[in-house]
Order: sequence, then C-alpha cells, then structure tokens
Amino acid sequence: MQARALNPEEYFVESEPYYEPTGDEVAIFEAAYGNRLPVLLKGPTGCGKTRFMEYMAWRLKRPLITVSCHDDLTASDLVGRYLVKGGETVWIDGPLARAVRAGGICYLDEIVEARKDTMVVIHPLADDRRVLPMEKLGVLLEANRDFCLAISYNPGYQSVLKDLKQSTRQRFVALEFGYPGAELERRIVANQAGISAEVAEQLVKFAHMTRNLKGSGLEEGASTRLLVHAGKLIAAGVAPVSACQSAIAQAITDDPEMLAAIQELSSSIF
Amino acid sequence: MADDSLPLAAGQIEKSLEAWLEVEFTFLRVDTLAAELSSLPRHEQDFLLNWIRRSATTNIEIAYQFARRAVQVLAHMDRRVIEAWALHAMDTYDRAGLRPALQVIQDVERFAQFSHEHAAGAIFGDVSGILLTFVRGLSGRQLKLEEGDAVYTDSEILYLPAVIARMPRAEDNFQLCKAMVAFLWAQTRFRSFRANLFETLATYPDHQRARAQFHALETLRLEACIRRELPGLSREMRRLKAELHQEYLPQEWDPWAQELARPEATAEDSLRLLAEAYPAPIPAAVCYQGELRLEAVANTMAARMEREKTLLRVKLAQLLEELGKQKGGDGDTAPRFEVKPAQDEQAGLPRFELILDDMPIAPPEGVRQLLTSVYLDWGELPPEHLSPAGPGEYDPGLFEEKAKDPDEVWQGTYHEEGATFYPEWDFGRQHYRKNWCVMREKDVPPVHDGYVSKVMQEYSGLVKHLRRSFEAMRDEDRLLKRQIHGDDVDIDALVEALSDAHDGSEMTDRLFTRMHRTERNIAVMFMVDMSGSTKGWINDAERESLVLLCEALETLGDRYAIYGFSGITRKRCELYRIKRIEEPYNEEVRARISGIRPQDYTRMGFAIRHLTRLLGEVEARTKLLITLSDGKPDDYHDGYRGPYGIEDTRKALQEAKRSGVHPFCITIDREAKDYLPHLYGAVNYIVIDEIRKLPFKVADIYRNLTT
Repeated sequence: MQARALNPEEYFVESEPYYEPTGDEVAIFEAAYGNRLPVLLKGPTGCGKTRFMEYMAWRLKRPLITVSCHDDLTASDLVGRYLVKGGETVWIDGPLARAVRAGGICYLDEIVEARKDTMVVIHPLADDRRVLPMEKLGVLLEANRDFCLAISYNPGYQSVLKDLKQSTRQRFVALEFGYPGAELERRIVANQAGISAEVAEQLVKFAHMTRNLKGSGLEEGASTRLLVHAGKLIAAGVAPVSACQSAIAQAITDDPEMLAAIQELSSSIF
Repeated sequence: MADDSLPLAAGQIEKSLEAWLEVEFTFLRVDTLAAELSSLPRHEQDFLLNWIRRSATTNIEIAYQFARRAVQVLAHMDRRVIEAWALHAMDTYDRAGLRPALQVIQDVERFAQFSHEHAAGAIFGDVSGILLTFVRGLSGRQLKLEEGDAVYTDSEILYLPAVIARMPRAEDNFQLCKAMVAFLWAQTRFRSFRANLFETLATYPDHQRARAQFHALETLRLEACIRRELPGLSREMRRLKAELHQEYLPQEWDPWAQELARPEATAEDSLRLLAEAYPAPIPAAVCYQGELRLEAVANTMAARMEREKTLLRVKLAQLLEELGKQKGGDGDTAPRFEVKPAQDEQAGLPRFELILDDMPIAPPEGVRQLLTSVYLDWGELPPEHLSPAGPGEYDPGLFEEKAKDPDEVWQGTYHEEGATFYPEWDFGRQHYRKNWCVMREKDVPPVHDGYVSKVMQEYSGLVKHLRRSFEAMRDEDRLLKRQIHGDDVDIDALVEALSDAHDGSEMTDRLFTRMHRTERNIAVMFMVDMSGSTKGWINDAERESLVLLCEALETLGDRYAIYGFSGITRKRCELYRIKRIEEPYNEEVRARISGIRPQDYTRMGFAIRHLTRLLGEVEARTKLLITLSDGKPDDYHDGYRGPYGIEDTRKALQEAKRSGVHPFCITIDREAKDYLPHLYGAVNYIVIDEIRKLPFKVADIYRNLTT
C-alpha cells in the first residue's frame, strides 16, 4: 500500500482511537469546545495526552493538526511565510493558520519548548477575540466557528526555563492527566499490546516500582506508553525481562547503576 | 637493570618494609615477613607490597598487621576481596580509630566468610548503589542501606556485611545480596515486627530458641509473600537455597509452612504457631534470612512511632492551613481527617486518600509516605493520628531538624551534626577517605561601610571601560541575511537572484532572512581564597577585583555566584557565602564583599567539590569555576600540606571536569608555575605577578575566557 499524502486540514481521524477515560475529561473538553474555550493538557509524558486529542478529534469530527514544538519553532513556523516560487513570492499558510481557516483542532504539543515569540500569536487566539494576527500579510484572520486550540505541557520538568507564564496559562481550561489507576492501566496495556491480563498486571507493577524511584535518581517513571511498547515486544515473543530492559529501562535512563537496579526490579517480577 | 618478572629477594623486600613501616622508630620486626613474602611469585609480591605501602600511609600498625596476615589469606581470597578488606580497615580507622581497625584486620575470617578458594565476593561498596535503588523501587517505607556486621534490619535501615562471599561465583553472590535485601524489605513490608514482639517472645523459657523458631516461621511466611509479589526473585531465592542445600525442611514443619503460605497469613499467625513449633527441631537457617535483632527493631520502632505520630499531626495541621480552613473557629468540633484506602489495591499496599469533611484530598507526597509508614507500624491508621495538631501543641524542636549555628561547632559536642560530608583523596592510599571533610556553609558578616562605592570611585575610569567592553560582548539578536531557510524573503538577495536568472546563470537558493537569537548561557562560580595568608594587600586586591567583576558581570548578564573558602583541619571546612547564584547584586552582597576577612588555611578539595555540586544544580550550557588564590593548597595538621593537598585538589578538579564544569585559576603565587599546570592543566590558569594589577586583570581574564 502506498502512503497517502494529505493536507493537514484534511486529516480526519476516521476510526475510533482506543481511549479509556480516567475521569470526566471527555465531557469537560466537549463543553469547552462548545463554548470555544481553548484547552491546556497537563501531565507527564506518555500518559495519553496525544491519544486523548485524537479521540476528541474523532468524536467531534474535526481535522486534527498536531504541531510538536521544539526550541527553534518560531511564530512564522505556525502562522506562515513567503516562499519564492519561479521568481515570485508566494504566501504559504502555517499549520496554525490552516487550522484557523478550516476550523480544525490545532494541538501544540509541548508548548514550552517553543520560542517565546510564539506565545504572542497564540494569545489573541486563546481569548474571546479568537483572531490570528498575520503580521506579514497585514491581515487579522478570524477563526472559523469550529476552530479549537489545545496545548500540552509537562509540569514535571523542574526547569524555570520550561515554565508556562501566567498570562498564557490563565487563558486555558486546564485538564490534568496522570497515570491511570492500576486496574485501568492494566486494561489499557492488555488491550493495546495484546497480552494477557496477568502479564499486563506484572508490567503495571513494574511501572509502579519505577515511579517509586522518581526523585531518587529518575526524572520520570515508566509511562503507560512504554508499558505498551514492552507489552508488544512480549507479545512478539521477547522474554519479559529483556523487553522491560529495552522498552522501558533504556528509555528512561542512561545511568548504568540505575539501569542495573531497574533490571533487578524487572527480574524480580517476571 | 633488575628483571621485572623475577621475584624480589628477602633483602630487597626487607629494605622497602623498613622504610614504609619506619622501623627505625617503631622497632617492628620485618625479617620474617620479608622471608615469607620472598617465597611468592613476583606479581603476588607486587600486589601485597603495594597494599602494605598504601596502608602504611594511613597507619603503620594497620599496615604491619595486614602484612602479617595477607600472605596466608592470599591463597584463599580473590584479590578484589583483599583490597576491600584493606580499604575497609582503613575506612574503619578513619571513622573509629585504631582499635576497631585492627579488629577488622584480625577478623579477616569473619570479614569474608570464604569457604572456597579465591572467593569472588560481592563487596558492599560495589553493590550498595544498585541495591538501594532496587529497594527504593519496591513499595513501602523509604529504607536505607548501610554496612553492618551482619544481615539484619532495625526496620528503617537494612544492614549488609562488607563482603558476601558464600557462593563461589560473583554473580551468585550479588544475587544473594539482592535476596537478603529483598528479604529484609519483606520484614518491614509484610509487618513482621509488632510493637510487643520482643516481650511476647520473652515469655518463652528459652528466648533464643523462641526467637529462632519465630524467625523460621516468619521466613516461611515471607517466602510465600515474595513468591506472590516478586515471582522472579522468588525463583532466584529457591535456586540459591538449592545450591547451598538448604531447601530441606523438617517434616513436622510442612503443615505450618502451608498455613503460613496463605495470602491472608500475618505475623500473628506465626506467633500463634510458635506455641506448637517451639519444641520442634529448629530448621537450618536459610542463606538470606539474616539475623533477627529485635532489640534494635524495638528501639527504632518506639522512637519512630512517637515521631511519626507527631509529624503526621503537624503536617495535617499545615495541610489544613494551606487549605484555608479555620481550625475550630466557631467553637464546634475541629475538622477531622478521615482516611480511606483508594480503590486500586492490586499492589497489596493501600494508597491512602485523605478525606476532609467529605471532600477527598490528594495528600502531598510527604504525607503519603508518612501514612504508609504509620500503616506499616500499626496495621491501620489510628484515628488519634489523624487529628491535626493544635497550635503550640508540639514544640517544633521535637521533630524539625534545626539548622545549627556553624559557629557553635567547637563550643558544643556536635562536631559533625548538620554538616555536609565530602570525601577526600588520599594519594598515599590511592583511594578516597570517605566522609572525611566536615563542610559547612556560612555567611560572610556584612559590613555596611560604603566600601563598594569607594572602590567604584577609585577605579571610575576602569569601570567605564569595563562597562563598554562587556556591553560589546552581549550577544544580541541580529538579522541574518541570505539564508536558505528563514522567516522572511531577503529582497536584496531575491533581486540579485532574479537578475542572475535573466543572465542565464544559476539562481542561488539563499533568499531568506532569519532572526538569530543567541542566549549566552553561562553560569560562573567564583571561589575566593580567604586563608590567613591573604591578609593585607591580597585581601584588598581580592575585594577590589570582586567589586569590578560584579560590575562587569551585571552589565553582561551572566549568572554568577561568589563563595570564599577557608578551613582549619578536616573537621572545620568552611565556605563563606558572598553571593548565591540566584541572589541579585544588592546592598547586602556589596556589604558582604566589604566584609571579606582572612580566616584560616587553604584546604581546597572540599570547596571545589561543594561548589561543583552547586553548579551541577544550575542549568547552563557553560559552567565555570574560577578560583582566586594566593598559594598552594595547605592546611594545619593532618598532612594536607604538600603532595597530599595537591593531589586531593587535582582529584577534585578532575571530578569537576567530569561533571561538565570548567575550572580555571587566577593566582598571585609566583611559584604557581611549579604546581598549577599539574592541577588545572597547561592553559587553565594565569599568574598575576603584581598584586596591584589583580583588579585590572580579573575582568579582562573573564572576558577572554568566555568569548
């Protein structure tokens, strides 16, 4: 099968993504969307923020445009820029402008990684004005009724440089994501990785052990996503201890002593 | 030239030993020792002589006793274990003095229970890091791991001996350590210890027997718990038992084993069964079960239960305050917390949820850990623990760790309380002395005398120049033209490219402009010599340099901190805060610069280690540690002067480099060229030949360093 090439604003999530609600986040998001309020998702990596966005895009039947922010992402990467084509300059919309025009959901992942000037373009979109100033075109782009802005942010990084300013965060409806409860997480891992409930339970137990280590040598414990990865390896016939080592331990730390300790934890369980 | 592979003759060995053991003064007999050593092959001679020499730098008696035993031991023990043995003796000497250290040397058999040739033991220092992380990952109370004389726990600290060498292979010895740690953890996690356990066992006529039988019963129960909780480890434990032929259980024990293997079995059941099991034959101790030291447990538990009750009630009161609730404001009942175990109990240990007036509250991490610990001691959460402490009900001194005034150190008895410990490199031993330096941070007493403005006036010309040159260094945002990618079209480039295209030549693709933003991301730590030798001119020059430097750095916007260092002996290593990294350059800091006074000696290792650690907590692309000094590392007493101090400083600087800090030294010692290249490397230092020039130079040096 050939890979399909789509315009971002035509990317609809067609089949229902697997998502297990942990609380009332679906209802809150729908209410916020109905009232055209922007949404802020908080939580550690791999706990289901992006999956939640896919699920909501599918539920609301809106195209989903995801921008993963990085430290070189500027405002024009979001809004758009002139390009030179055959001797003429042509304006090309950025992903945010496309979502604003088409009425899609624009999801800015890890927003704190982006340069500070990107916040300036987000602010007027995130309050009741709902406009996108396009400085270079000299245009104020009014958002489509169906447009929705969502950003995500991980408060766990203990860096002052990666903190969200009050002026930004106070424009959003905030949803907090944590790791799901043990029972729910077991179901998610079993379902997503296609492994038995027992193995999933052991994986979740292992994840809890690594989460106990947060603060004593680990920045973050194993996320649900990593558990699913390990589960998939196990389903493919990899021995559980090696699967945990490759999919989880190596992914969360480089420190040899910590790796050895995590290896001992996983070999104690399986 | 002597052949390196031929064994040394007794005469040669005797000569070396005489020198190291200072026979002239100590009158030790070394002739038999030398004769014994001379019969060994050369590589073994070298190995032992090396360790004799190294331990002799710590203490001659230790070295002598070590030498007397080492020859016999060499045949039985792995070299790693012998090294660990010698180091352990030296550490003990550092910590507790000569007598206990000699005990370590004499008890070599106890040190490593070797039952086979060349035991490849697991050495505590090597495995403790991994095992501590391992045990932290398991649920329950936060436990500590320490070296002790046997395998046991006091319910807060798990003790392992210095070497475990019961198995022939190193991997198996590590697995055995892990099994021991897990088993001790299980004692705390599955509640082997109850408050009155000690007394209950004491009702039996033969206490020892009762204790042994109870331990055996608990071992059966905990093995079953581990089998359920950690199946992988349980398999490993059974394998270890099988290899040591310890899986045999007397027949009459079978029904008890079955009963205790039930998931709902508790330590109560073990106590109940003890009545039956008391006269039965005692089963052989299992390799990982260790000892049951109930006295230690009872003491720790009693203290902890009291402390944690207080602490929990105080923390709940604080929590209430944060929640903004008035405590019993209108005379009716004070708000009460309730606790309910949260739903997912799959790990066996409930996660507690606090409930206040029907509202669930997620307890902060500290409170959650306390709740778990209290639950493990009591088996429940007694309601009286959950009533928040009233105002003034407890003296905060009971549970808070008070910051002691560092100046009281020598007046009272607590020489080491509340201080931070740093290791020091002993070049004779070729190993660290653990927790050797007792370090404290102190504030420089500020002197508000307008010193800074006086200096600024005196150097007003230089200050202007500095401001100008440092302003020029600020890396500012600028527009880069003719870029391949960028935010905007570069019209000049485009016009040129189009006309190129008309001419038929190739069009460039560099058509865009891009904003260039550089964040100068430097954190710098100044370590200023405050030793007695800086008195007078040097102190003045240092203070003036600091004033000018601060001026320059404020212009530049780099983050910086200033600490002074001095000390007298290892017990009193002091760092003087002048400016912390996040502190603004304010009146207080200016007054502290004015207040810098010469103190004692120049012990440098601890200062470098501590400031490196502080720098490690700062997020910056480039980290600098700049020392302003007037001479060699030096200290009163304990042999810091000379090569010892230089090697320790060198080691500390190497550690700093390894953790990503660039050390640099500015000195006015004219003899510095003899030792500084050895310490800082050929280029990382600068000698200023005239003290007067120091204030003029320091800022310039900094500029060159960071551009």
